[in-house]
Amino acid sequence: MTAVMGTPRIRKEDPKLLTGEGKYVDDIQVAGQLWMGMVRSPFAHAKVNGIETDEAKSMPGVHAVYTGGELMDMGLWVAPLPCAWPVTPDMVNPEHYPVGTGEVHHVGEIVAVVLADTRYQATDAVEKVEVDYEELPAVGSIQAAMADTATAHSDHDTNKAFTWALEPNPDALNDAFANAAHTVTGEFVQQRLIPSAMEPRGVLAVPSPAGGEVTLYSATQVPHILKVMMAATTGISEAKIRVIAPAVGGGFGAKLNINPDESLALTLANKLGRPVRWTETRTEAAFSTHQGRAQQQKIEVAADGDGKILGVRVHLDADMGAYMMLITPGVPLLGSFLYTGVYEVPAFGFTCDGWFTNLTPTDAYRGAGRPEASYAIERAMDMLAAKVGVTPEEIRRRNYLAGGEAFENLEVASTLVFDSGNYSPNLDMALDMAKLSDLRAEQQRRRDAGESKQLGIGMCTYVEICGLAPSRALAGLAYGAGGWEAGTVRMLPTGKVEVVTGSTPHGQGHETSWSMIVADKLGVDPDDVEVLHSDTAISPLGLDTYGSRSLAVGGVAISMACDKVIDKARLIAAHQLEANPDDLEFEFGRFGVKGSPDKGLLIQEVAYGAFTAHNLPDGMEPNINEQMVFDPPNFAFPFGTHIAVVEVDESTGETTLIDYIAVDDCGNQVNPLIVEGQVHGGIVQGVAQALYEGAVYDEDGQCKNPSFLDYLVPSPTEVPSIQTEFTYTPSTSNPLGVKGVGEAGTIGSAAAVINGICDALSHHGISDIEMPASPMRVWKAIQDAKAGN
Amino acid sequence: MQIQMNVNGTDRSADIEARTLLVHFLREDLGLTGTNIGCDTSSCGACTIHVNGESVKSCTMLAVQADGQTVTTIEGLASGGEMHPMQTSFMENHGLQCGYCTPGMVMASVSLLNENPNPTEHEVREGLEGNLCRCTGYHNIVKAVLAAAE
Repeated sequence: MTAVMGTPRIRKEDPKLLTGEGKYVDDIQVAGQLWMGMVRSPFAHAKVNGIETDEAKSMPGVHAVYTGGELMDMGLWVAPLPCAWPVTPDMVNPEHYPVGTGEVHHVGEIVAVVLADTRYQATDAVEKVEVDYEELPAVGSIQAAMADTATAHSDHDTNKAFTWALEPNPDALNDAFANAAHTVTGEFVQQRLIPSAMEPRGVLAVPSPAGGEVTLYSATQVPHILKVMMAATTGISEAKIRVIAPAVGGGFGAKLNINPDESLALTLANKLGRPVRWTETRTEAAFSTHQGRAQQQKIEVAADGDGKILGVRVHLDADMGAYMMLITPGVPLLGSFLYTGVYEVPAFGFTCDGWFTNLTPTDAYRGAGRPEASYAIERAMDMLAAKVGVTPEEIRRRNYLAGGEAFENLEVASTLVFDSGNYSPNLDMALDMAKLSDLRAEQQRRRDAGESKQLGIGMCTYVEICGLAPSRALAGLAYGAGGWEAGTVRMLPTGKVEVVTGSTPHGQGHETSWSMIVADKLGVDPDDVEVLHSDTAISPLGLDTYGSRSLAVGGVAISMACDKVIDKARLIAAHQLEANPDDLEFEFGRFGVKGSPDKGLLIQEVAYGAFTAHNLPDGMEPNINEQMVFDPPNFAFPFGTHIAVVEVDESTGETTLIDYIAVDDCGNQVNPLIVEGQVHGGIVQGVAQALYEGAVYDEDGQCKNPSFLDYLVPSPTEVPSIQTEFTYTPSTSNPLGVKGVGEAGTIGSAAAVINGICDALSHHGISDIEMPASPMRVWKAIQDAKAGN
Repeated sequence: MQIQMNVNGTDRSADIEARTLLVHFLREDLGLTGTNIGCDTSSCGACTIHVNGESVKSCTMLAVQADGQTVTTIEGLASGGEMHPMQTSFMENHGLQCGYCTPGMVMASVSLLNENPNPTEHEVREGLEGNLCRCTGYHNIVKAVLAAAE
């Protein structure tokens, strides 16, 4: 048997999903179910003066209509929806119940619900609910929030929610800027993004009235967290709530929240004794599911005459939206530590102000704070290169941590300790793959010829934080939970292996990867390993999937549980072989006695012996059923070099991505097939931010592009195939040496693309283009430059 | 309204509301939930099926418009317990992650190769323009379709 880990392996998950047998929430039908329809505010900020429900109640198939006030009077909740990350002690956290009463604070806030026999009937009845609104002045942008002329919540004096700072050494930072030969300042907009997982969110609550138990099916990344939070906010005993995340069609952070719809379905199903369900429409999702990014950044870099960085100072203004959702205020903090990138930065300072607007709440979206940070520092590095008069690759080499050489456990300016890195070889590989000198020659040729289509080469050498998170580190950031993950490995009597994980996959292929880890550790066939997950009755202990944590925390827990299995099996094998445990070697699934090659037991034989318990060492518990809860000692820090080759048509302003090279380093790999897939998908989401996507709101807080008609999720024609390669620098944060890769692509790609566009247009003196770099924006920048504006 | 159609080789008939979308009829009346719904503007292609052998977004069509037609959904693509070569190619090339766009993507890809058995990469991308995927970045989907064409 050869090593399984590190070898591409086709996924176990696929046959079901390819034949239509995958069961997503909306696919599950139960007898007696009621469809819930939401009556949503059409205004971003308004007073609700009254709601008329009689006509809706008389519609065919309608079971009930409840106004927000009536729902509150029913006593369904003991606490509002939670924010788990009060980033400062004085953070403002407006009360947020699943329904709005009195005053509503964003378009789409629920003011009443309808319950009917069918989806269509619920939709019809929602139309017949009459609500008397009195419109209030809306805060329709972060600029309006900062102007503070109107407040998003009428009972607030200001829109500011908090100020958070990471300033390890302010005096040194001031000195750095005072002594700088060069300074550059970048002001960037991280536009609001609509996460757009292909499966809309949905929920189905099934009560069992006799015992008071309720099962909540949800399209969620976080069934375990959802269970705790549902119990804490509804007063229903945690032991009576079972949460199941069936097949989940992508999440990207947008499915890690505790949402009004989930709480309404659960509490109403419990109250009425009937199953209650709801699935958002795509257009509804722009109001019912949180959005991402929405930050304004100012980054200043001070450097000496050679371009060596002396200091980095960052200020963010972050748009919270109307309410604090589960980790809304924490997102900018996750990025704060990465504004120094992969560089030696002697002095660093970061401040962030959070602001309320009357827009859909924001929260984690693929990368959550880290793509923003990577974008700012990598854009600024290109600006610095131009100022110093060196190439983008040279400015990076001059500033790499450890001089670009291999390092382990290095403390950086933002106070974190990077587990490992080796940046120069990674950059070299990417430059070789891109054939940089050929590209530069072609770029020059097009410039000299004055061609309409100019070539640009943009790079980004990113680092990110994965493996969220050491629980003590989270305590330091005032996060309301730990960062551990649980895994159980059970040897079954027949020799098969049952694995239970607290991670919750929604496309990442945990069943395949966890099987590979177990197969490698225990010397069994990966097909003999069954991985159970995403059901709190089967997997009671877990903290779920987000922040590229599954492998680096959850996968490691599985690996360590396997170590415990081997430890116990060794004692049993030694007892049965009448050998000293230390004289046994475990290889390829067999305990053999050193020096006696014929004498040994397969782990499957040991498992059967542990089950019969006929001949176990005195005092040993029967069966092999080992659990590990792994709390990582440190984060993991993957890194990489991304190069975007873009063609910018100066006559139309259109940018075409013609080639993309990604050399990522996520430490040791379990399944390279899956790693590569994560990189591809992540890159395209970052490209989408750079070129296409952005939620557009008017000053009244109305989203102008909530559907896929005009919110431009890229199609296959907008992107090229991607060249991927890898370097392998094992993490020191866990025994598998793995780092995490789910968000890497997104973290590297937006900066690479915009750097590429700026490179293509540098001969016009253009040094920045706001995202998304639409043809209109690029064309206008060219015209302005030509006109000397 | 009374309708009848052949779905995956079986004649089905039902009495439905005239406004029922074909995708809702398939999912909720026939229980064929392999066909997914990803949007409400006929933009994403998650609901792609074949009507009389040609790919159609089943959210753009009323069930009554399919009266008397022959419909194939993802559940009808495999035959005799064997996956269709396109399904196998998606698996071998890791052309799916969360799997939500996958049934529609596979149906559209089968239709694409029916019309153009030897497409270039560019033609594959053009041919799948009406199908959105948020996980794969399309790289492995394109690879899977090209491999299936061989």
